[in-house]
Amino acid sequence: MTPVIGVLALQGDFAEHAAMLRRLGVESREVRVPRDLEGLDGLVIPGGESTTIGKLLETYALLEPVRDLGASGFPIWGTCAGLILLATDVGTPQPLLGLMDMTVERNAFGRQTDSFETDLDIDGLPGGAFHAVFIRAPIVSGIGDDVEVLAKLDDGRIVAVRQGNLLGTAFHPELTADARLHGLFVEMTRVA
Amino acid sequence: MEKNTLTVKRGLAQMLKGGVIMDVVTAEQAKIAEDAGAAAVMALERVPADIRAHGGVARMADPEKIIEIQAAVTIPVMAKCRIGHFVEAELLQALGVDYIDESEVLTPADEAHHVDKRGFDVPFVCGCRNIGEALRRIGEGAAMIRTKGEAGTGDVVEAVRHMRAVMGDLRRLTTMREDELATFAKDVQAPLDLVASVARDGRLPVVNFAAGGVATPADAALMMRLGADGVFVGSGIFKSSDPAIRAKAVVEATTHYQDASIIATASRGLGEPMSGIARDTLAPEELLATRGW
Repeated sequence: MTPVIGVLALQGDFAEHAAMLRRLGVESREVRVPRDLEGLDGLVIPGGESTTIGKLLETYALLEPVRDLGASGFPIWGTCAGLILLATDVGTPQPLLGLMDMTVERNAFGRQTDSFETDLDIDGLPGGAFHAVFIRAPIVSGIGDDVEVLAKLDDGRIVAVRQGNLLGTAFHPELTADARLHGLFVEMTRVA
Repeated sequence: MEKNTLTVKRGLAQMLKGGVIMDVVTAEQAKIAEDAGAAAVMALERVPADIRAHGGVARMADPEKIIEIQAAVTIPVMAKCRIGHFVEAELLQALGVDYIDESEVLTPADEAHHVDKRGFDVPFVCGCRNIGEALRRIGEGAAMIRTKGEAGTGDVVEAVRHMRAVMGDLRRLTTMREDELATFAKDVQAPLDLVASVARDGRLPVVNFAAGGVATPADAALMMRLGADGVFVGSGIFKSSDPAIRAKAVVEATTHYQDASIIATASRGLGEPMSGIARDTLAPEELLATRGW
């Protein structure tokens, strides 16, 4: 059976994620209120502004149900703002899901003119380097024992992580033509 | 590692989609906007309604104010430069703003030329009234487009006119024959290669926000329903009686633009909107949307 994957559509580039999933022949659904979560096999939290998305998660009573799903083994993938929301600590007071045992530093590279593209080797992803787009990107600055590092920049900073059913990337696969990470997440929803 | 590519310039605008960008003139206002859920703030010297009321030459904001605003928030900080004033743009880039709005709201510095935006590291957003203007700006290097609307009026009619013009032409382009595209490009004064790529894709190559006259949550949702990727609110927030509450309601209406019951709930108890000026009562020389070439 093909999974149905939700894309959190409160703010950000959710349409780009939905288009990538469509390319893989996977059905997706925009999630804005709690009832949209029913019957999903996984959830993507897109890029955007983490403060905006966090506040809307709180106001529309999504924070608790998404947190409960993630804690019970439901696959969730956060890209950029989504990675921030998955963290337990980001150094500033803002609503978080706190599902992954990691500390994230927001805007770790500086301002927009410090945004960049680079090739990354991602552990367990066949097919060679992945072209990664970093936009006002965060980094993972600290991890717990259960968090597996999937990719680092040349300087050693962590930019992709996995903790069981949870996947986090500091960059934006949805802005490229490379659907391999979306494929990996779809596989995670099949196993779960 | 590559910086300042089209992908990262256009990409930041993609991250702002579905969000609200609010005009602010102080760090305190920026904080109110961020707390309400703004996806970014636009730093300027005076909001458009005050530029209208007080007249004089409207220029880029005081660098001191921009630095204070940058220090106050974690969301992207945009700032406006005058049309054609490439030195103001260089200053804003040096200050580290995340996006520059080459804006008709400020007094134009050049009556024939826009800034050549391709040479900058920082991305630009520009206003448009129709698809020709949008594609001319994209040709000059704009990485994001917005409607001009009629800023500082609180009257949404002009933003609606501009959004309908752009979206209508996009739909028409997808049905044209190849040989009709060249004539279309000539008629709208847009580069043919951009016209052809838009006709092929059925959409602009960059994000397109609504701006100019949005004053209520319903205005924001209307613009989203007409095809906007997100919304700029200028005077509409900080010229209303309760900016914090109105800002939050506009953010919620922009996210839930398809759900009238959520927008109705968000619209309750907001106090007075900005008083507003009907666009049709303005004299031709008072119109801001006609600035730009």
